[in-house]
Amino acid sequence: MKKYVLHRFLQLIPILLGITFLSFAMMRLAGSDVVTEMYQNRGTEVSQEIIDAKRAELGLDQPFLIQYGRWLGGMLTGDMGESYMTGKPVFPTFLSKLPATLLLTALSIILTILVSIPFGILAAVTHDKIPDLILRFFSFIGNALPNFFVAMLLMQLLSIKLQLLPVISDGVTLKSAWMPALTLAVSMSAKYMRQVRAAVLEEWNKDYVQGARARGVRSRVILWKNVMKSSMLTIITLLALSIGNLLGGTAIIESIFMWDGVGKLAVDAITMRDYPVIQAYVVWMAIIYVLVNLITDLLYHRLDPRIRLGVTKG
Amino acid sequence: MKIRLIFFGILALALVIASYFSEYLCPYDPYLQDLGNAKAVPSAAHIFGTDRYGRDMLSRVIVGSKTSIYSTLLLVAFITVLGTMIGVFCAWKGTWVDTVLMRISDVFLAFPGLVFALAVAAALGGGVHNAIIALGAISWPKYARVARSETLAQKETVYLRAAKLSGCGTWKLIFKHILPNITGPILVTAMLDIGTMMMELAGLSFLGLGAKPPVAEWGSMMSDTRNLLTTHPWVTLAPGCAIFVSVMIFNLLGDTVRDWLDPRNGR
Repeated sequence: MKKYVLHRFLQLIPILLGITFLSFAMMRLAGSDVVTEMYQNRGTEVSQEIIDAKRAELGLDQPFLIQYGRWLGGMLTGDMGESYMTGKPVFPTFLSKLPATLLLTALSIILTILVSIPFGILAAVTHDKIPDLILRFFSFIGNALPNFFVAMLLMQLLSIKLQLLPVISDGVTLKSAWMPALTLAVSMSAKYMRQVRAAVLEEWNKDYVQGARARGVRSRVILWKNVMKSSMLTIITLLALSIGNLLGGTAIIESIFMWDGVGKLAVDAITMRDYPVIQAYVVWMAIIYVLVNLITDLLYHRLDPRIRLGVTKG
Repeated sequence: MKIRLIFFGILALALVIASYFSEYLCPYDPYLQDLGNAKAVPSAAHIFGTDRYGRDMLSRVIVGSKTSIYSTLLLVAFITVLGTMIGVFCAWKGTWVDTVLMRISDVFLAFPGLVFALAVAAALGGGVHNAIIALGAISWPKYARVARSETLAQKETVYLRAAKLSGCGTWKLIFKHILPNITGPILVTAMLDIGTMMMELAGLSFLGLGAKPPVAEWGSMMSDTRNLLTTHPWVTLAPGCAIFVSVMIFNLLGDTVRDWLDPRNGR
């Protein structure tokens, strides 16, 4: 186990290097003329000398790899440059917005679990009967609705018709979090319920279940004592893996509901071509995602004695 | 099963053909403004009503299908071919080429969902083409992965070794023996991806990173008219439902193809 953990951490190094390199290269590619961009954004006209001086100050006259090295070094010490728009350091800004996104993510995961695990199990147990068909119908609809459309429909229904929840958030409060969290949970539950159903169903069709039923063990006992125990592992893994999609998906929802998290920060930065902010967002979201996946994998490894290194590698 | 396949296949094909010829199918010019007739309620003349500039919504939804359906399909087709080529190449060659390309795909897979697409779109600037490149950049590794593992599995089979022993050349082995045997899983991945891609493209446009107004694209149309949802719901609902229905059709087709190729999943 120790060896495996070490191995996984070592594997992480090239991936992290790749992530940082790609993010850096992409933003350099985009902001080939960052300095002009920067002054344009601030609305000032400047001479070529000032531009050159600023470029030298930012180290932009250096070769690409040296720039990357310096940027990476800065990143490790929490210095990711300053926003072109506000002039404030990027990393603290990003950190200050992160809790809002984490709250939103956590809330929508809780909602998703509450909805899709019970319903997924129900659908599996009533396989091909009416409850299953109804649930599959809803999950199908949920899967075909883009989340921004769900957001608009929920706004219309819950905020305007029923006036239950605020349309857009007034600061990071639990009350304002409900709408975006619900929206994210709708799309996620639709997907996740299908996966839960499939996982439980797969276990349910195994020979030992047949055997137990033939011996007269009650279905309910088999379900809770055996089937759930073994399919929980898959269910937890799938849930953890979907966190990544959630993190990526929050950007649209955050900007619709004006939820002041990192997603909205990034979308705003994109419209204003504030490259250091975008860079910070991309790099850190990827790092968080990789770490979440690593933890999931280690957990899976820890919980399931059958999994050994080499077997897990696809 | 066969009937379902044919039914959804024809439905999807009809959508694709319609989207290709969308310009000729509109009852009105989708860009013609008629301010005197702005925000008209749906009627016989304008089935989906008109938007705030008096443009016919039905025509705009029809023209929007060109970006939303036709471009998405081209995108999926392109990355499927590209990803498969990379995957087969890696599996066939092995050695360091395989390692390098797979580590690169690991890096691409390490970005969550739309985050990387957002970054690419930001780097390249707005526009449908750039949004499509962005989505292509995030999705090729999935195909490379599938193609690689399927090819590796095929490489181990007895029949392939027999073909090799009987003097079959590399190209013939790949095109005649390996590709036909790995198409199934790749096709299923691609089919199920169409709906997702459509929604992601619409999402990027919704954020203003894909198609930009006045270009008719479903995502940007919804973003453009979202303030009118309460008072004039049809302007937002028409493109929204267009996305919903097309994604649904492609998802149903994808599910059917999967069940058809692998009956074990049919339950």
